Amino acid sequence: MNIRENIKTLIIEKPLKLDCGKTISKFPLAYETYGKLNKNKDNAILVFHALTGDQFVTGINPITKKDGWWSYAVGSKKSIDTDKYFVICANVIGGCMGSFGPNHENPETKKIYGTDFPVITINDMVNAQVNLLDFFNIKKLFSVVGGSMGGMQVLQFVSNFPDKAKTAVPIACTSSHSAQNIAFNELGRQAITADHNWMDGKYNSKSTLPDKGLAVARMAAHITYLSKKGLQEKFGRKLQERDDLKFGFDADFQIESYLRYQGSVFVDRFDANSYLYITRAMDYFDLVKQFDGNLSNAFKKTKTKFFIMSFTSDWLYPTQENKDIVIALNAIGANVGFVEIESDKGHDSFLLEVPDFLNALKNFLDKSYIESNNES
Amino acid sequence: MKAEYNFIANIIEKNSTVLDVGCDDGTLMEFLRKNKNVNIRGIEISKEKVQKCIAKGLTVIEGNAELDLKQFPKNSFDYVVLGQTLQAFINPEIVIKELLRVGKRAIVTIPNFGNWKVRLDLLFKGTMPITSSLPHEWYNTPNIHMCTIKDFVRFSETINFKIVKSLALVNRNISNISKSNIFLKNLFGELGIFLIENK
Repeated sequence: MNIRENIKTLIIEKPLKLDCGKTISKFPLAYETYGKLNKNKDNAILVFHALTGDQFVTGINPITKKDGWWSYAVGSKKSIDTDKYFVICANVIGGCMGSFGPNHENPETKKIYGTDFPVITINDMVNAQVNLLDFFNIKKLFSVVGGSMGGMQVLQFVSNFPDKAKTAVPIACTSSHSAQNIAFNELGRQAITADHNWMDGKYNSKSTLPDKGLAVARMAAHITYLSKKGLQEKFGRKLQERDDLKFGFDADFQIESYLRYQGSVFVDRFDANSYLYITRAMDYFDLVKQFDGNLSNAFKKTKTKFFIMSFTSDWLYPTQENKDIVIALNAIGANVGFVEIESDKGHDSFLLEVPDFLNALKNFLDKSYIESNNES
Repeated sequence: MKAEYNFIANIIEKNSTVLDVGCDDGTLMEFLRKNKNVNIRGIEISKEKVQKCIAKGLTVIEGNAELDLKQFPKNSFDYVVLGQTLQAFINPEIVIKELLRVGKRAIVTIPNFGNWKVRLDLLFKGTMPITSSLPHEWYNTPNIHMCTIKDFVRFSETINFKIVKSLALVNRNISNISKSNIFLKNLFGELGIFLIENK
């Protein structure tokens, strides 16, 4: 698949010291923008994508030819209204949609990095992306917004750059990856590395890819994005194009068929090594530990206005973990709003058509934008 | 808008920091923000009402005052407002103590169960009183700890906080409550309004 054509890339010249100790420079950061940057350059929103997202937030993704991952929320007249705001989104480093990642060639060895790629962190991701502000000559973003791993990047961004965003919207996320989160990620990684096509990550030089392992990783993860109730209502014990059980291991049940399909379409657009690297970055995320056990200290220097949302049926990043962030912010008198959205759609709720969520996001952004214009 | 909002606005100095506990749909918050330029936050238990506040551009967190006030450090706000909800808490004593920890002062309003209409209802009908400000049946009322103006004054002595100012709302008019008129205010007042602080 030739993915380079439709991808805008910024080459970051400035050396970036990674948490692992290595320094990278002259590396590519692939990005996309929507809407127009206004004269005052005060209407920019930096959106951070989640584990398997990319820079193609809305509209048709030119690579996959499918809707962008946040088409429900971002676009003309939508929650993040591209008629009003200039939306920027970059593929995270470690990703596979054009940004510096394990499927890139190592200039020293002329071979694909594979697992020789440095381990990256959420901190590294946002430190790479902040270069976009200089590129667009934006002093201060109107907002930083993201769900799941995107939410973790929001938190890290505000912590690293306390005066670079007027507002921040972390959605369905956590300040510290839990044992359960790490466990599910490890399951995915094990599925990939157990695929004999993975070949210690050197598969890119071979024609066969570890698709089976990556598909299983996606299937397992997909279950964690849904709720028990949602699954039960959508699939129950319904059979897949058959009247009765076949007493074999074909996909008898619709849920099996659905998961297999999710796995099979995922491998067409995602790189197995990237999956290893990005899940690792999530697992290493612990903003509480970065600030010696006191999350409040992460936000002590910021005047950013926060709005945090969680979902009732999200058991991957449950409400309490989101509330812990609210509590840490209130403890230092920060400006923070919070609401838990009622939804049966599990962690995936933030990507789907959940009107209460979409309305709250729109209302918060639009009112805050008017407010900030009145102040300045 | 409720009749007591003007009074609450009169107590609060301009540019103060305020927390509205049980802020409902944010009407009071908006009123104070507009008229007093206060830096105001809200806490509200109903998701629907939190959404209404967000739509008004107010900073509100969804939460339960009994559980969630503890996240605010001591003296976080100049004023904490608790409008007509003290009677709905499982433990009003803890709530009052929390209000006075989080805020330097608190403004508490209570629907007066000592009002003559309430008394007559019980006396003549022999059923639990239902009035315009207390519209629920006994079995579905959220108001599990009703009190009178007199009760609240006694409460201040028992759990040891100071009433700086006390007023009664009678027919949309506000008047001071004093030692000499408390019998009448407790009989005719629909609402008690108290500015309180720690002793």
